[in-house]
Amino acid sequence: MIFDDFISRAVIAGVGFAIIAGPLGCFVVWQRLAYFGDAMAHSALLGVALALAFEINILIGVFTVCFLIALIVGRIGEQSMLSGDSTLGVLSHSSLSIGLVLVSLMYWVRVDVLHFLFGNILAVSWYEILMIYGGGAAIMFVLIRKWNNLICLTVDEQIATAEDMQPVKNRFLMMVMLAAIVAFAMKIVGIILTVALLIIPAAAARQFARTPEQMAVLAAAFGVIAVIFGLMLSVEFDTPPGPSIVVNAIGIFIIGVVATTIVRKRKRRSG
Amino acid sequence: MDSILAGLQSAGVIRNGRWLIRDIDLSIRPGEIVSLIGPNGSGKSTVAKVLSGSIVPDSGSVFRGKGIRIGYVPQRVVIDSTLPMTIRRLMNINEKFDKLEVEEALDEMNILKAADQPLQELSGGEFQRALFARALLRKANLLLLDEPSQGLDFKGEIKLYNQIVDIRDRLNCGVLLVCHNLHMVMAKTDSVICINSHVCCAGTPVDVVNDRAFQELFGPEAAHSHALYRHHHDHSHLPDGSISSVQ
Repeated sequence: MIFDDFISRAVIAGVGFAIIAGPLGCFVVWQRLAYFGDAMAHSALLGVALALAFEINILIGVFTVCFLIALIVGRIGEQSMLSGDSTLGVLSHSSLSIGLVLVSLMYWVRVDVLHFLFGNILAVSWYEILMIYGGGAAIMFVLIRKWNNLICLTVDEQIATAEDMQPVKNRFLMMVMLAAIVAFAMKIVGIILTVALLIIPAAAARQFARTPEQMAVLAAAFGVIAVIFGLMLSVEFDTPPGPSIVVNAIGIFIIGVVATTIVRKRKRRSG
Repeated sequence: MDSILAGLQSAGVIRNGRWLIRDIDLSIRPGEIVSLIGPNGSGKSTVAKVLSGSIVPDSGSVFRGKGIRIGYVPQRVVIDSTLPMTIRRLMNINEKFDKLEVEEALDEMNILKAADQPLQELSGGEFQRALFARALLRKANLLLLDEPSQGLDFKGEIKLYNQIVDIRDRLNCGVLLVCHNLHMVMAKTDSVICINSHVCCAGTPVDVVNDRAFQELFGPEAAHSHALYRHHHDHSHLPDGSISSVQ
């Protein structure tokens, strides 16, 4: 395998992303935000369209729109007649289609929408890597500082309130971090597979973890492995990199399920 | 007179056009056990939630004193199955405690042997006792206990109430006890507030039992809930559990 410059860039970007996606993905799993994450990711295309229209940085455009969607969902969720998943479904698919329509209307810009839908990690620039690592470091800093508050909020919001752990403020922080990670994910695996790369490593880690911290670290590790093996697969067999990374994550998940099932059965037999 | 730890002033909560609670006045002082009784759906848990800060009252106001440390034990907590968490980890979630201290508190609440079990495997009562141990560790000065005796048999219930009194004595904390066991309420508490959305009656256990509103709410036999014991003895009990000579 030849380690060309674009491949090492891809590995660096992917590994950086996976390290933050692990712990954040755990919160997506714990707080049942998979649908919510999907709605955010789908709205990313609207962000792309607006960024192109106003000629601002695409990552920033996506982040802003994702964050606004998060705010809207929070507001609607409180007073909607529809169930939470229907509300999210409406928002998610309407923002995706509006985004697609807008991008195609802008005849003066030539973009390949497929790159946004499925990612183009092999075309990641040093500038984007800088953004991923800069943003990632900021997210990691907040995560570590607010970790206990976020965990307490996950256990029970009422207890967090009673103990003055500011669940409302911390939930808001969580939304900001999710919006950022979705913007990064668009580059790595694309809009369609964003949630996959958030929740699959976390789900794989769940089976081995006894504490939230173990789960977060394992999820990050599994994500890193999936990125590296996924890129190797992609280069070796010329498969699309984003889906290849997700396929590897699923592979880890399945190995985990099989391994823990066997261990559990053995224990039961011997015990 | 000690200063008030927390209280409500004509607090009301309205949801979907219906007042869950209305015009509730109460105050809790250090070392005082206040019991909140009332039928199902009378808004007892809502009062606890307003005091803890989870619900902001729509009318009236809630007061929480400076430096207050609330130990809140909700009626039910559902832990998502995806969250790996043990009791031991739960103890250190807000601040870090010494390992020995943690085990002592868990032992006192009789859940030390479950310390490393996943929270999802605990029964509701065990989980509440874990939260109790937490309040103990954190040296809470206001305990909000929402039906803490659920899932316990009669003996367990007596033990729990004795523990509450003991914790109160040690921490000198105020306690709001949302409760359905009238006998326990009468025996162990300093004041009783009987609510049915609004305050029906309030006062010492003796006052409340003899109040007509109380008897209408719970039926006249409620006033004799302590009679259960009386026939075994050659003395009789006043409603608060104190002994009076044979008439």
